[in-house]
Amino acid sequence: MQPSLFSETLTVSQLTFRIRKLLEDNPELQDVWVTGEISNLSRPASGHIYFTLKDKNASLRCVMWKTDVLRTRPTLQEGAAVEVHGRIAVYEPQGQYQLIANLIQAKGEGALFQEFLRLKAMLEAEGLFDPERKREIPAFPQTIGIVTSETGAALRDMLDTIRRRQPLARVILAPSPVQGVDAPPALVNALASLNEHNPDVILLARGGGSIEDLWAFNDERVVRVVAASRAPVISGVGHETDFTLCDFAADLRAPTPTAAAELATQTTLDDLHTQLEYYSSRLTDLTSSLLIDHRALISTLASRLGYVSPERRIQSEYQRLDELSRRAVSALIHGVQLRSARADGISRRLGALNPEGILSRGYAIITRKSDGKVVGKVSDASDDMNVRVSDGEFEVNRKS
Amino acid sequence: MAKTKNAPKPIEELNYEEALAELEGIVEALENEQNPLEEAMKLYERGQALVGQCGALLDAAQLKVRKLAGELLVEFEEESE
Repeated sequence: MQPSLFSETLTVSQLTFRIRKLLEDNPELQDVWVTGEISNLSRPASGHIYFTLKDKNASLRCVMWKTDVLRTRPTLQEGAAVEVHGRIAVYEPQGQYQLIANLIQAKGEGALFQEFLRLKAMLEAEGLFDPERKREIPAFPQTIGIVTSETGAALRDMLDTIRRRQPLARVILAPSPVQGVDAPPALVNALASLNEHNPDVILLARGGGSIEDLWAFNDERVVRVVAASRAPVISGVGHETDFTLCDFAADLRAPTPTAAAELATQTTLDDLHTQLEYYSSRLTDLTSSLLIDHRALISTLASRLGYVSPERRIQSEYQRLDELSRRAVSALIHGVQLRSARADGISRRLGALNPEGILSRGYAIITRKSDGKVVGKVSDASDDMNVRVSDGEFEVNRKS
Repeated sequence: MAKTKNAPKPIEELNYEEALAELEGIVEALENEQNPLEEAMKLYERGQALVGQCGALLDAAQLKVRKLAGELLVEFEEESE
């Protein structure tokens, strides 16, 4: 092909700019995942990271700016298989295209993450994560079930936490491996058999680890059995920043195993002591106020009883009696005086009839000396007679 | 209150939850009901005994950990640090 007479001659800069536009305007090249091995890793003092990503047949220059390095803290080493996300850019001074990376992760993580998103969307659509499915965690569970590794630090942390906060609780541990291919079926089993013992709450936990380490908690079987658990489940898997599908399916998500144990012991021993003191003083207060009420009632009744007491009637009877007796006495006295006055009159009249009275007026009573017979007629007279006058007697002798 | 009236369990056989529930019931009964004094005093006495039992259980509380071994529950030996 002949060069066109009219074809434009470009400067290097112009051409390079066109190439740059071509690459940088292509959206597919601006949001791309690429996998390969790290080589020529360079970490100068600037804080940016430079490396080349290689596979068998090609290589790609990559750079990650300091801000992204700080944000993602990738652990990079020579030869590591990684997946890098970024955009293609052209470095004009050297006529080089390169990948400006903003995310670097170990190979496989990306696929796992895609799987995570797929499963999450599916289970979410089924309603497994619906907020209305979430059950209340009892504040004071008597039996706490734990599903975790028998040997992990997570178990020790949880037991220490429960012992410190709520030693009245009973713990049933359903041990299970928490990572590896055996973990999902073992976790399913542990959750199912634990539910047979009717715990009030179940803690599903493991300590921190890489996304692969935590992967069993994204296993569909495990997630489903968490959602179906009869006892409410608190998940405490990994660290604060780790989210697993079990977290979404659980009734409550705790950032760590220790936090899960705290959420299962909302009512602490201190709370119970306080509560007991409250009931104890309430009991005493209520009873003593009841007694006070009863005493008040009794004193009211006592004074009412006083008003209706027969004592008062007895007193008033006494009064009536006194009254009657006073009247009786005065009536008596009156009667006596009346009678005494009459007696005087009679006595005076009697006095008038007394023969002595007649004698004092000069009359005399003459009796026969022989037999004392009163001489009322001449024929009664004898020789010797007694003459009685007002102040004495003398004898008389009749001269015939 | 029906619970306490039907032949109450001996206090020392009650676990914490049972004892506390009964205590709550007694306090409520004293709050809300006009009990004859004699009955109120009986409730008070039982309440005091329940307070004692609850306190004793709190003081003696020691976390019991068992583990599932197949169908069985066995004592769990914690590794000492």
